[in-house]
Amino acid sequence: MSVTDDEPRRGRFRAQFRVRLRGRHHRAAALIGVLTAVLGFAIAVQVHAHSQSDTLSTLREDDLIGILDNQSARADRLRQQVASLQQTLDQLEGSGNRAEAAQQQAQQELSALEVLLGTVAATGPGVVVTIADPDGKLQPEDLLDVVEELRGAGAEAIQFGPDRVSTATAFTGAPGAIQVDGLALSSPYVVLAIGEPKTLDTALNIPGGVAGVIRTEGAELTVSERTSVTTTALRGLPATKYAKPAR
Amino acid sequence: MIAALALAAGIVLGFVLRPTVPTWLEPYLPIAVVAALDAVFGGVRARLDGIFDSKVFVVSFISNVLVAALIVFLGDKLGVGSQLSTAVVVVLGIRIFGNAAAIRRHLFRA
Repeated sequence: MSVTDDEPRRGRFRAQFRVRLRGRHHRAAALIGVLTAVLGFAIAVQVHAHSQSDTLSTLREDDLIGILDNQSARADRLRQQVASLQQTLDQLEGSGNRAEAAQQQAQQELSALEVLLGTVAATGPGVVVTIADPDGKLQPEDLLDVVEELRGAGAEAIQFGPDRVSTATAFTGAPGAIQVDGLALSSPYVVLAIGEPKTLDTALNIPGGVAGVIRTEGAELTVSERTSVTTTALRGLPATKYAKPAR
Repeated sequence: MIAALALAAGIVLGFVLRPTVPTWLEPYLPIAVVAALDAVFGGVRARLDGIFDSKVFVVSFISNVLVAALIVFLGDKLGVGSQLSTAVVVVLGIRIFGNAAAIRRHLFRA
């Protein structure tokens, strides 16, 4: 009686116990799952953080001081290097400027010499001198005198008829058939001279000067001052056979 | 089984989200991870020995993490933080190796 009466109650207890046990089991499993999930998360985060963070954060103070000293010394060395390189750069830039200035000066000298030698066309203020000698009275020396006078008055470029006058220019021939550097001239002779127009004019027309001499010989010399005269005749560069630059 | 899945899920989640570790947690996280690993290896070993108890596992897991963090915290306050961290890692490492050896004997009979 008591046994049969007890049986269902005992079974109910067992079932309740089993349910409670299963509930506990589920809860524990869930808790374990959460904890291990947190662990996995933490591992991943730590691995990620460690791969990102620099290695310095894990070093001891002594090591850090040593590293800092090393870095300071290195920075000092690099600063010195920068200073010396800067100095070198300044020197090079300075020498570059000097070389440029020297080249500029050489270029200017070249241009001046080219004009004076007559190897390039020249333009500038000057005079146009016209010498009319219809009767052929003038000697070659008279024309040379005109050139000399112009030179003396500071003419920088002179063109005599078709010929650019230079240091080697020669007037040859006889009255009425004068040649300049081998080129035949015919009256009227036209001379272009670049220089201070007033000075050139005055030098030619000075009393007892070239103009006077030419007039007494029966020819006529007129000077016309111009703000711009261009000498287009050119000379070849004279080649030196014996003389060489002495350094 | 659930634990292994959860571990894998956590790792994947951590690598996907890539959160930055807050500064105050930085010194404790690695030690806590090692301590938790110790608890996990102990749990696996107990499971293979047939004496696994979820309650013991949960309590040991949490207490391991807390004690490890506490030791590091104390060490930092006493000025021997790095040394104590090393000590904790060494001790936990020895335990992990011991558990791993037991697991190995169970699995491979060797």
